[in-house]
Amino acid sequence: MATEENKNGTAEAGSHATSQQGFVYLPLIAGWLVPGAGHFLLRKWGRGALLSASILGMFVMGLAMQGKLYANAHDILDILGLAGDLGNGLLYIVSRVLGLGAEQVQVTTADYGTRFIVVAGLLNVIAAVDAHNLRTGRKS
Amino acid sequence: MTHFLAVVLFALFASVVFGITQRETPRRMIRFGIYCFVLFVASAIVLSWLMFFIAR
Repeated sequence: MATEENKNGTAEAGSHATSQQGFVYLPLIAGWLVPGAGHFLLRKWGRGALLSASILGMFVMGLAMQGKLYANAHDILDILGLAGDLGNGLLYIVSRVLGLGAEQVQVTTADYGTRFIVVAGLLNVIAAVDAHNLRTGRKS
Repeated sequence: MTHFLAVVLFALFASVVFGITQRETPRRMIRFGIYCFVLFVASAIVLSWLMFFIAR
């Protein structure tokens, strides 16, 4: 006899099995390339929009403050900055191609802008990992 | 843009991402986001005053 609990357990197992189908890393990669895209793929529209607005806002403000985009890795700080910038995915690549961002930091706000861009990349990585956790069922 | 406005915007954006990614239910996301925002701004103000007195 199927009790209510058994039915719920079967339903949960079914939905879990469904969530495991397909390419599991797609939300992670999409979320890294485009901020919020990982959540959009999982139909988390509100969360995706907020994440996208926050990360995009931080990145654009960083550029507006004449922040620097790290392009090479001469020392350890440059390597860390480049790693943070790369977290922005396509935003970083497109900005580099378009020649956005200052070559050198010359004013105080540009230093802040550089940090804004790096932190936007790090936040984007956190958001992409969150989308991956939602996809795998690690986070409900 | 003032330095304080930069701090507030930084705190706002970071708190939104922290709230959404570090908690599971919407209610707890909002609470954690507000908590992070207050901590960001308050710690910036406290550290600023600390540095002001150290520099004098």
